[in-house]
Amino acid sequence: MDNLITLFNEVYKILYLVIPILVSVAMIVWLDRRVWGLVQKRKGPNVVGPFGLFQTLADALKYIFKEIIIPAGANKTIFILAPIITMTLALVAWAVIPLSETMVLSDINVGILYLFAISSLGVYGIIMGGWASNSKYPFLGAIRSAAQMVSYEVSIGIIIINVLLCVGSLNLNDIVMAQKNLWYVIPLFPMFVVFFISALAETNRPPFDLPEAEAELVAGYQTEYSGMMYAMFWLGEYANILLMCAMGSILFLGGWLPPIDIYPINLVPAPFWMIFKILFLFILFAIIKAIVPRYRYDQLMRLGWKVFLPLSLIYVVLTASFLLYFDKLPKGAF
Amino acid sequence: MLAHAIFFYFFSILAIFSALMVITSRSTVNSVFFLILDFISVGCLFIMVGAEFLGMILLIVYVGAVAVLFLFVVMMLNVAQQKQSWFIGQKSTHIPSGLIVSVLIFLELLVVTGGWKYKKDVMSSSNLIIDTSITNTHSIGSVMYTDYVLYFQLSGIILLLSMVGAIILTYRKRENVKTQSYLKQISRDKSSAVSLKDVEFNKGVKIDD
Repeated sequence: MDNLITLFNEVYKILYLVIPILVSVAMIVWLDRRVWGLVQKRKGPNVVGPFGLFQTLADALKYIFKEIIIPAGANKTIFILAPIITMTLALVAWAVIPLSETMVLSDINVGILYLFAISSLGVYGIIMGGWASNSKYPFLGAIRSAAQMVSYEVSIGIIIINVLLCVGSLNLNDIVMAQKNLWYVIPLFPMFVVFFISALAETNRPPFDLPEAEAELVAGYQTEYSGMMYAMFWLGEYANILLMCAMGSILFLGGWLPPIDIYPINLVPAPFWMIFKILFLFILFAIIKAIVPRYRYDQLMRLGWKVFLPLSLIYVVLTASFLLYFDKLPKGAF
Repeated sequence: MLAHAIFFYFFSILAIFSALMVITSRSTVNSVFFLILDFISVGCLFIMVGAEFLGMILLIVYVGAVAVLFLFVVMMLNVAQQKQSWFIGQKSTHIPSGLIVSVLIFLELLVVTGGWKYKKDVMSSSNLIIDTSITNTHSIGSVMYTDYVLYFQLSGIILLLSMVGAIILTYRKRENVKTQSYLKQISRDKSSAVSLKDVEFNKGVKIDD
């Protein structure tokens, strides 16, 4: 009986996290299109509900009622698994994101490694979808995407090492608490820029949306998908973007910490700050989508391997030598 | 404790099952997918033991990077192979060499496990002191860079060598390849790119290119 109660408790806690994330993903799609519209001097979605807020829900309903078509030549199991994996991985990673010191589903020791591992698994949804469709465009899109994501993961990993050198712990709450006096965006500003651009590439956002470049590849790995399966790819993609924004705000923008720790500002509850920072980063993502033209593939690879990787490696050496020389290495076992 | 046991058996059965499927499934892509499943379940077992750092590194390195490249290669091969009928019809010619390698590995395993002695309650009787107050990331770091620094450096050199070797094996210099120099493109200005010519009637003009 006790076991059952703990089980229900855990399920309740998970639902308490997952449902708000799904709702906010829906809202974020609206925000994305809205910002996109504003940059281009359009109105964006503004018809369904107040300010067009229910646009995404209407879209989701449309997808639910559409027929799911599985191509005859497709590998059926993998074809169906691919969007499920994308969606699951995007949601599972949220288990370790702290919204405040106590508001976290599981406060594990190796939180940042977990996040990194899950985000590097995200590539499988795309490869599987692209391969199982058994069609040229999805396969090309999947290959492009896999190469792109693997390349940019390398520099994200090294940027994470930069932050970890300053923190001395892999726990996400420790990383946030270490930024109590100074957010890492100030001393590690070049790394923040590199992280942001790598996050764009990792989530296949413009200007790095080569896997689904509509002018060349129809819709890349999503070409053969329809109905709810397409919607799942789409939701997973946006959940991943939100996750990358959360990662950026934890690593560089002080997570749930208020910007200044003085009286009227620190009354605002911690989750608000976290959400505010995630939204800030997301709006940057959305603006970049509207204003930057797409990269060519060789330019993308050059940027990843010849610019970002050496830059972040040099910065690791710089950070480590600075910390060592001024005796500022984090002491003590966490 | 019950939940722990359930999860342990779940992941270990999954690991064994997927390891079997890797060598028995007909399609190469499927066996790579089962290999990935195997990596993931072994990673979960690591985490259950308390070696969370090892488990996560296994996920990041093997599943996140190595298996992706595996899958890449296999998917490319698969497309080419399935078109050729010999791949399905004829028997494989690799059986003798495969047998020799597998017998060798089996003998090696016998040698290794033959040296073992079964001991009850190893954990309680051994002199190993496990400090539970520090995380295993911290403890791995504290021995890796002190007692085992030479081995660590050596493995790094081996990895570097294999990387250089792989690049040498695959690199070939192609001639007559047109490349773009970003510096050249950016540093062009009006005076070097645009020139005004007086063109005589019916004669045309020659521009050096």
